[in-house]
Parts: sequence; C-alpha cells; structure tokens
Amino acid sequence: MKAKVHVTLKTGVLDPQGKAVQHALHSLGFAEVGEVRQGKFIELETGESDPTKARAAVEEMCKKLLANPVIENYSIEVEG
Amino acid sequence: MKAAVIVFPGSNRDRDMLMALERAAGKPPLAVWHGDADFEPVDLIVVPGGFSYGDYLRAGAMAVHSPIMREVAKRAQAGVPVLGVCNGFQILTEAGLLPGALLRNARLKFVCRDIHMKVETAQSLFTAGYESGQVVRVPVAHHDGNYFADDETLDRLEGEGRVAFRYCTAEGEFDDTANPNGSIRHIAGIYNETKTVLGLMPHPENATDPQLGGTDVAALFDGLVAALH
Repeated sequence: MKAKVHVTLKTGVLDPQGKAVQHALHSLGFAEVGEVRQGKFIELETGESDPTKARAAVEEMCKKLLANPVIENYSIEVEG
Repeated sequence: MKAAVIVFPGSNRDRDMLMALERAAGKPPLAVWHGDADFEPVDLIVVPGGFSYGDYLRAGAMAVHSPIMREVAKRAQAGVPVLGVCNGFQILTEAGLLPGALLRNARLKFVCRDIHMKVETAQSLFTAGYESGQVVRVPVAHHDGNYFADDETLDRLEGEGRVAFRYCTAEGEFDDTANPNGSIRHIAGIYNETKTVLGLMPHPENATDPQLGGTDVAALFDGLVAALH
C-alpha cells in the first residue's frame, strides 16, 4: 500500500526559497501571485495492506525521520 | 585531554578538527567512524563540519540514525562534553541534544567568509579562556546556518544564559549586515541545559593557526584542555 507524505514549513518559519520563487514568478509576469511556500513530497511503499496500520506506520516515520517537528508540519495520504 | 572526532561519510572538516585538537592537547585525538557502535572513554566528543550523508532529506537528519550517534547521545546525556561544529551543530539539533533547527540561509547563498561573533558568557567549559562580551573573528562556511527556534525556546535560552555566541560587527554591534545567514536574534551558537553540549555554525578549528588567517578561537581549545586534562 502506497503512502504520500507532504512536508511543509510551519507557519511563522521563514521560507527563503518560497520567497525567491515568488519573486521569480513576479518577474515572469505572474504579478498576482501571493505568498509561495515550498515543501517536500515523499511517496513510499509501506509494505502494509491495512490502511489503518499503514497510516500509523507512516505517522511514526514522519515523527522519527521524514519531518523535523521543530520547523515542519506533515500530512499523510494512504492510497487504496 | 583525550578527544574523539566522529567521522561520517561526507564529513570534510574532520581533519582540520583533529589538527586543532592535537595542537591544543599535544596528542592526537581519536577519529571514530560512523559505523562503529562504541569507542573508548574520552573527555570530549566532537561532531565536525561537512555534509554528512550528502545532507539528504535535511542537513544532519540521516547522521542522527547512525550507530555512533546513539552512543554520542548516551554519553552526552551522561555529561560527557560534546562540541558540534557546522554540520555537527545541525546533527545535534536533529538529535534533540540542542533545541531549535538550522534553516536555509536567509539570502539562499552558501556563505564562506570570516565573520565576527561575540562570546556571550565566559561561564562555560568552552569559553573560560575569554572575557564575557569579547569579539572574535572566525570563518563560516555553510548553506543551512539560519538558526530558528520558537520565541518561548529563545526566551528560555537567553534567560538561562545558554546563548553561546552571536554574530556581530568587528566593533561588537548587532546588525543585520553582520549576520551572515539570517539567524534569529543573531544566534551563532547555543548550549544545552548543563552547558556541556555546545553547537555553533562558525568553524573554531579554522581559527587556531596564524597561517590560516587568525588564532582568535585557539583559546576555546586551550580552555577545554585546561579544564579536561
């Protein structure tokens, strides 16, 4: 069973890369673009067949490695 | 003083650190490979700079789960002094041995130059050779050195005298032009609760030899040797 994880910087944590992308979009003529926040997308095969177990396992993975809770939030999507 | 320098795949300031420690202690420190789960008892553990495991996922994130870091964490908790420099600082925050995190530099550029920092307090194992408020010149070389912690953590660090160093001008003034990476409250280095663990982004090992442009931070190593001999 596949899982998709989005890792994003918490609100209030400066995102200089997002800011640079926003400026680049403005200079390309997308003048209406507001705040841009950049994050990570991780897709993984959980090896589980039960969605509840798969989600619980990925939750543990996020806490232990995939995200840094000091600066990042995460969201998990289990497929199937 | 017997010291150990932890070496990861991708460490690149480990040899500079070994040399700085040997100059101060008069004997060569131990170099400990990341895959080792144990090493002989030492008075000081150093986690050096570099790009351990290619900075994959986040700087320092992978190194935390190496066998050697479990041992380092155990000894740090038992009170063995630990110094983390640059990537070593990132690893110590990822390991939860120091609070906060190091983000991408605010101006997005890799910064490699000499900076000035103020020694906030001489009341520590690492800074006994300095006066509180003394300004020293030291190189930085990093892409992710932008220190961040929430306000509550920052207030606690300041209240407990746990800010070790702050970026400043040569005259000791705090302003944004003297802050190379956007670190919050100009923080360059911090201590843990017992002030036995120090993490900092600048490279003290590269400010100990006149041939490398300065010796302002030799006193940090000399002070450690005096305290831990």
